Amino acid sequence: MTRQPTTTSNYSRRDALRMMAIGGAASLIAPNLLGKPAFAGTTTKPTGRVVVGLSQEPTVFNPLMAHIEVDDAVHFSVFDALVRMDPEGVLQPNLAAEVPSQKNGGISEDGLNWRVRLRDDVHWHDGEPFTAEDVKFTLELITNPKFRAWRTSGHSLVEDIKVVSPTEITWRMKEAFAPYLSFLAETFMVPKHILEKEADPNTAAFNQAPIGTGAFKWNQRVAGDHIELVANPDYVGDGPYVEQLVFKYIPDMTVLYTQFKSGDVDLVDQSYITADHYAEARDLPDRVVTLETGASLESIYLNLGRPQFKDLAVRQALYAAMDRKAIVDTIYYGVGTLTETFMPKESYYYNPNLPVQEFNLDRARQILDEAGWVPGPDGIRAKDGVRLSFTNSTTSGNNLREQTQQFLQQTFAEIGVEMKISNLPPAVMWGEFWLKSQFDTAMVGVTYLIAADPDATNRLHTKAIAAQGGHGSNTGQYSNPEVDALLEKGARIFDPEERRGIYNRVQEIVRHDLPFLPLSALTNVLGRKKGLDGFEPNANTRTASWHAAGWKWKA
Amino acid sequence: MRGFLLNRLSQSLVLLVIVSIIGFGILNLLPGGPLAQFGLDPGMTQQDIERLKGLLGLDRPIWIQYLDWAWRLVHGDWGHSFRDGAPVLQVIGSHLFATLLLMGSSTVIAISVGAWIGIRGATRRYSLFDYLATVGAMVALSVPTFWFGLVGIYVFSLKLGWLPAGNMSEIGDDSILGYLHHLILPSVVLSLVHVAIWSRYMRTATLDAISQDFVKTARAKGLSERRILMKHVVGNALLPMITLAGMQLPSILTGALVTETVFTWPGMGRLFLDSLGYSDYPVVMGLLMFSALLVILCNLIADVVVALVDPRIRLA
Repeated sequence: MTRQPTTTSNYSRRDALRMMAIGGAASLIAPNLLGKPAFAGTTTKPTGRVVVGLSQEPTVFNPLMAHIEVDDAVHFSVFDALVRMDPEGVLQPNLAAEVPSQKNGGISEDGLNWRVRLRDDVHWHDGEPFTAEDVKFTLELITNPKFRAWRTSGHSLVEDIKVVSPTEITWRMKEAFAPYLSFLAETFMVPKHILEKEADPNTAAFNQAPIGTGAFKWNQRVAGDHIELVANPDYVGDGPYVEQLVFKYIPDMTVLYTQFKSGDVDLVDQSYITADHYAEARDLPDRVVTLETGASLESIYLNLGRPQFKDLAVRQALYAAMDRKAIVDTIYYGVGTLTETFMPKESYYYNPNLPVQEFNLDRARQILDEAGWVPGPDGIRAKDGVRLSFTNSTTSGNNLREQTQQFLQQTFAEIGVEMKISNLPPAVMWGEFWLKSQFDTAMVGVTYLIAADPDATNRLHTKAIAAQGGHGSNTGQYSNPEVDALLEKGARIFDPEERRGIYNRVQEIVRHDLPFLPLSALTNVLGRKKGLDGFEPNANTRTASWHAAGWKWKA
Repeated sequence: MRGFLLNRLSQSLVLLVIVSIIGFGILNLLPGGPLAQFGLDPGMTQQDIERLKGLLGLDRPIWIQYLDWAWRLVHGDWGHSFRDGAPVLQVIGSHLFATLLLMGSSTVIAISVGAWIGIRGATRRYSLFDYLATVGAMVALSVPTFWFGLVGIYVFSLKLGWLPAGNMSEIGDDSILGYLHHLILPSVVLSLVHVAIWSRYMRTATLDAISQDFVKTARAKGLSERRILMKHVVGNALLPMITLAGMQLPSILTGALVTETVFTWPGMGRLFLDSLGYSDYPVVMGLLMFSALLVILCNLIADVVVALVDPRIRLA
């Protein structure tokens, strides 16, 4: 393996600004996104209604319980977290008065002692004041072994939580863990005074009628149809400007688009407008339709536990045989962004200097020839008794992926590689089959970052291989000691600049090792009505409705 | 009568147990399971998934899971949804109204229109009307409902703009007129198949009754054709319809999978599909038991009603 030093400078002015913001000067430089300016005297009365269309139904309203992406839309509107991740990938204070850092003393030099100062003017939707007791209760509920909590990584390191005053809380970490700061952006605070009375937090009435501190209050839910929120006039942040926020469940993607077209839906969230409607949607009058890259990478995921893929030459040859441009342009209707890394382009940690893949079948054949993979009588290459034949699986019914599979099947055949297709329904595909690495290869959109933190340990570290008894989601069974060491180092360091060097290097090694073959960065077709202002996409969250507080109708 | 009821009830109980075992078995045999929805979540580690498995009781042997579920059910506890922790009965209850509205109205249409077509076809056998009704019924029975639904949406919603394309109501509009407006298209589409079924059964039953001796006697007595039809023929022809109604009624509450999806109707059919998609075992099992109970109950009621209405039938 050839290694190059990562000293190439690719810092721009924009990056420098981000750096300063990360460094704690956020309130001075970054636009005051989430906090109401102190001098804002007049508040306008919220008016109008926004109907957000979703193709899956949000059903989990306790934000700490195990939930899926689509539930986030409601959580981000009803609840607040200590901090929030803005579209630039920079943390901003939300319920915290400032983002804790080593510079401002919020995090100790060794990364073990944390102190968070809270806003003193926040109230729950029922009028009770929000205090440090609520933060303590929230963090403890997550690690309560009887509670069906969502993600616990990071939270399980927290101990010795102390409420210093109603606006100050401290805790100790069992080990220095930098990603935890980002995790807090997806850890919504729940009210102690309501949930502490419940015998079983899993079945609490609160879960069906949540009370938060967010810009919108719970109003009602018509199961299977829609959820209705109303403006919280006492919200401490900027907004809300619309009086009513409705999340409408439209199970069929085509119907979702039709209702957007007909005007029944004002904004299309999860799972957005399908690529085949993009060209038409773009030309709709009075609609704003844009392409926004998401956090996940569409790729051919290889199970490195299979003998076919142990040879780097095979992975290189397969990658060279992928006509990615043709796939994105012709199959995906141009909706997709070519990339070489798992790091989203929107991330501060994105490495733009990776070698660019080139589609070249001759080169692919040459790589395999040189590595000793010789075509057998059936035209399929083999080496040491291993045939270059494998199965590719994905969620059945996903037309675009199925067409891509057929496309790849043909080009792979041209270099003497046999790819069979066997697709499965989602509940089967992403169960043990995926988690326990029972697939050969999968066509999948994988998100590597948790809460937009660059730490990809869960996907790339050797100890995260569940199929080998590890604790994590490294389903491709990728293992590289150098990457392991870098990931361990990166998780302990808090300085963003220093971390960037580490994760740029990780991306370089992963690009070289090719444990998965990148196809394109997932790109969503977002649509909204013209006149709906204040909308901002945010690739660092999982929902387009991450900041509905700022939405307003043009007068 | 009492013996009959006891006998039928004990049969039903055995049936329910068998249905529940088969349902539970099939659900659990499906690979994947309720936690597959977190398979792609970058932050859900294998540890997290094992932890949830334990909390949901999915780490126990399947027969223990079944016995535990059945024991609770017998004691009136239908369990909680795996997705949101809400009680299963509450989940079912929150979807019941929508389905009742849709299925109720489509059944009313189906029975009244179907009976009318059937009787008219039988009394004017081999007339143009009868032929058209027969052909129409065959078409309605063979063309899938979703196709009718999509054509209906295309013609009446997109092209003519008369009727809404889906949903139960406009958000923010709770008026009865609004509901009725949304109800027309799905209930008519849904009733098409049932009109066909009802008209065929009604026609056969009416023909049966017409050829009976008591009709000849009535004619011999000099009664008017109208009186014969209304009093003697229809009354007798309706008897088998009661049994048919007993078989059809449960679907009023269990919903229509396809139609509810096409018209984004928030009823029991959608709930069933969604719960199946997420492998939400308690809700799927709850729905299964709910509909099994309804089927058994409605058939039982139909049998009793037939016996009460027709003195010739004695339940033993």
